[in-house]
Amino acid sequence: MNFNLHDLVLLAPEDFLLGAICAILLIDLFLKPAQRGITHWLSLAALIGTIALILTDHDPATTAFNGAYIHDGIAAVLKVFILGVTAAVFVYSRGYLRDRKLYIGEFYLLCLFGVLGMMLLVSAGNLVMVYLGLELFTLSSYALVAINRDSGLSSEAAMKYFVLGALASGLLLYGMSMIYGATGTLDLAKIHELAAFAAGGPQSHQALLAFGVVFLVVGIGFKFGAAPFHMWLPDVYEGSPTAVTIFIGSAPKIAAFGMAYRLLEGGLGGMQPHWQEMLAALAVVSLALGNIVAIAQTNLKRMLAYSTISHVGFLLLGLANGTPSGYAAAMFYAFAYAIMAAAAFGVILLLARAGFEAENIDDFKGLNQRNPWYAFVMLMAMASLAGIPPLFGFFAKLLVLKAAIDAGMLWLAIVAIVFAIIGLYYYLNVIKVMYFDAPADKSPLVLPQDLPFRWLLSLNGVALLVLGLYWGPLIDWCYRAFSVG
Amino acid sequence: MSVDLILFYVFSVILALAALGVIGVRNSVHAALLLVLCFFTTAALWLLMQAEFLAIALVLVYVGAVMVLFLFVVMMLDINTEQVREGFIRYLPVGIGVAAVMLVEMLLLIGLKGMAFTAPVDPAGSSNTAWLGMALYTRFLLPFEVAALILTVAVIAAVMLTLRKRAGTRYQNPSQQVAVKARDRVRIVKMPSAAKPEATP
Repeated sequence: MNFNLHDLVLLAPEDFLLGAICAILLIDLFLKPAQRGITHWLSLAALIGTIALILTDHDPATTAFNGAYIHDGIAAVLKVFILGVTAAVFVYSRGYLRDRKLYIGEFYLLCLFGVLGMMLLVSAGNLVMVYLGLELFTLSSYALVAINRDSGLSSEAAMKYFVLGALASGLLLYGMSMIYGATGTLDLAKIHELAAFAAGGPQSHQALLAFGVVFLVVGIGFKFGAAPFHMWLPDVYEGSPTAVTIFIGSAPKIAAFGMAYRLLEGGLGGMQPHWQEMLAALAVVSLALGNIVAIAQTNLKRMLAYSTISHVGFLLLGLANGTPSGYAAAMFYAFAYAIMAAAAFGVILLLARAGFEAENIDDFKGLNQRNPWYAFVMLMAMASLAGIPPLFGFFAKLLVLKAAIDAGMLWLAIVAIVFAIIGLYYYLNVIKVMYFDAPADKSPLVLPQDLPFRWLLSLNGVALLVLGLYWGPLIDWCYRAFSVG
Repeated sequence: MSVDLILFYVFSVILALAALGVIGVRNSVHAALLLVLCFFTTAALWLLMQAEFLAIALVLVYVGAVMVLFLFVVMMLDINTEQVREGFIRYLPVGIGVAAVMLVEMLLLIGLKGMAFTAPVDPAGSSNTAWLGMALYTRFLLPFEVAALILTVAVIAAVMLTLRKRAGTRYQNPSQQVAVKARDRVRIVKMPSAAKPEATP
C-alpha cells in the first residue's frame, strides 16, 4: 500500500518519455513554423532515448505500484518495437506533413502521448491500467485522424472511429465490471488465480466470468480491427492523412497484441477453453473477409486496410493457441506486420506530393520504369505481406501456422493457408501494375529531398529480405520473452 | 417505522415521479429541470446510505456541470416537440419490451447470491471521502496519474481541433488595453463659437 521510490525507477522509460513530452510541449510553443524541425528531432531523440533506457535496464521481472505495472521481458520487447516503429513513422511522415500544412507540433505530441499510452497498456497489471492505457492511446489517435480539419473525409473517418471506439471501450468496461463482480479484484494476477479456482466453483460465478470473457474478447476484437468488428478500419485508413494512417496501422497492432496477452493469458488464463474458440472464430472470419473484400479495392490504402484485417486473423491464430510458443509466434507476427506495413505506407508517402495522394493502385502503374529502386522496395513490401518465401512475412506466417498445428488446430491452419493463397491475388496485382503496366506519366519520379526518409525506407525494404533470411535472433528474442526453451 | 425508512420512501416517490415527468412533459426545458430533481433526490438517497462522497459528486458534477450544459443546449436549439413525439404510441410496445427485459436481467443478477469470493472491503470507517482519497493516492496512484495524462491529451486535442486563425477576426489585445493613454480615449475638439441659429418656427 505504500509508495516506494523504487517503483519510479522501474518506470524509468515511461518517466523519461513523459518528461520529454512535457518539455517538447513547452518548447514547441515558442517555435516559429519554420523551426518545426526542432520538434521533429527532439521527438525522435525522445523515442530513441526511451529505447536506450529499456535496453540498458536489467532489473528482474517484477511489479510496481502495487501490481498496477508489470515490468518483464515481454513488455520490454513490445515497447522497443512500438518505439522503434513510431520513430520510423516520424521520419517517413515529415515531408508529407510539410506539403499539406499539417507540419505542426500537435502531430508529434499526440503521437508521443499515444506511444506512452501503448507502453502503459502493454505493462498493465490491473484492469484499470489496461483501460486507462488504452484510452490514452485511442484518444490521441481519434484526434490524429481529425488533424486535417478542412477535409470532410477525415472528419467523417474521425467521427466513425470515435463513436465505434467509444462503443468498444464501453463493451470492454462492461466485461471488466463482470469479471470484477465475479472475482472481487481488479488485479490481473489475482484474477488469474481466482478464475482457475472458479472453474470448479459454483455455476453462477462461471456464468458471470464467461459473460465477462465474451465482452472482453469483443472489445479486443474491436481494437484489433478483427472481423466482424472491423467496420471502422477501412474508412479510418482511407480517410485519415497517410502520415496518420501509417501511425495507426503499425505500432498499435503490437500494443493490441500486448493488451490481448495481458487480459487473456495474464488475467483469464484459466478460462482458456472459453476464449480459445471465440478467437478461432474471429480469426476465420477475419481471414475470409479481409482477403476476399481486399480483391475488390481500387484504393491502395483501403486495400491495405482489408489486408490488415486478414493479418489480424493470422495474429489471432497465434493467440488462440494459448501456449507460450503460440504467443511468441503471434508476437513475432505483430512485429513483422508492423515493419511490413511501415514499408508499404512509406512508399505511398514517398510518391505523394503536394496536391497528389498516390493512394490509388493506378498511381503505381509502371513505377518500375520511373524509379526501379522504390518499385523494388514496394515489391518487397507486397511480396512480404503476401507471405512469399524467403521474405520476412513468410516466416511470420510459417511460425503461426506451425504453432497452430502443434496445438492441434489443424483445420484452422488449413483455412488460414487457403485464404492466404486467395490473398496472394491482390498483392500480386499491385506488383503486376508496377512492373508490367505502362505508366501514365513517363517522366522519372521526383523524389523528396528528405534524405533520412529515403535511406530509412530503403533500409526498411531491404530489412524485409534480410530478416526473412536471418530471422533467428528476432524469434529467439520473442521466445526468450515468453521463456520458451 | 424509522425516520430513515420514511425519508427513503419520500425521496423514492419524488424520484419515480420526477423520472416519469422527464419523459412525460411537453416542454424540454421542464424535462431537463425534472432530470435535475432526479439527480438531487438520488443524491439524497445516497446520503441516506452513508455514501456521502458519491452524493456530493453527483450534485457537483451532474447537477452543477452536466445539466447546466444540457439546459444551455436545450434552450439554444429550437426543438420542435411535436416532431419528436410523433412516434410515441408506435414505439411504446418496443420500449416496454426493452424495459421488461432489463428488469428481468437485473432481477436475475441481483438474485445471484454470494457473488464475492473474498470478504467485502473493510467498512469505510468515519468518512468514505477520506478513504477514497487514501486509496486514490496510494493504491491507485499510477492510474490516477494516467487519468491526468488523458485529460492533458484532451486539452491538446481540443485546442488543435478548434483553434483557428481566421482573417478579419476581432479580438482584444490586453497589453494594448492596459497601455492606453488618456489622449487615446478622449479627443478634445475646440470649435469656434458661432451665433445661435435662428429657431425655426
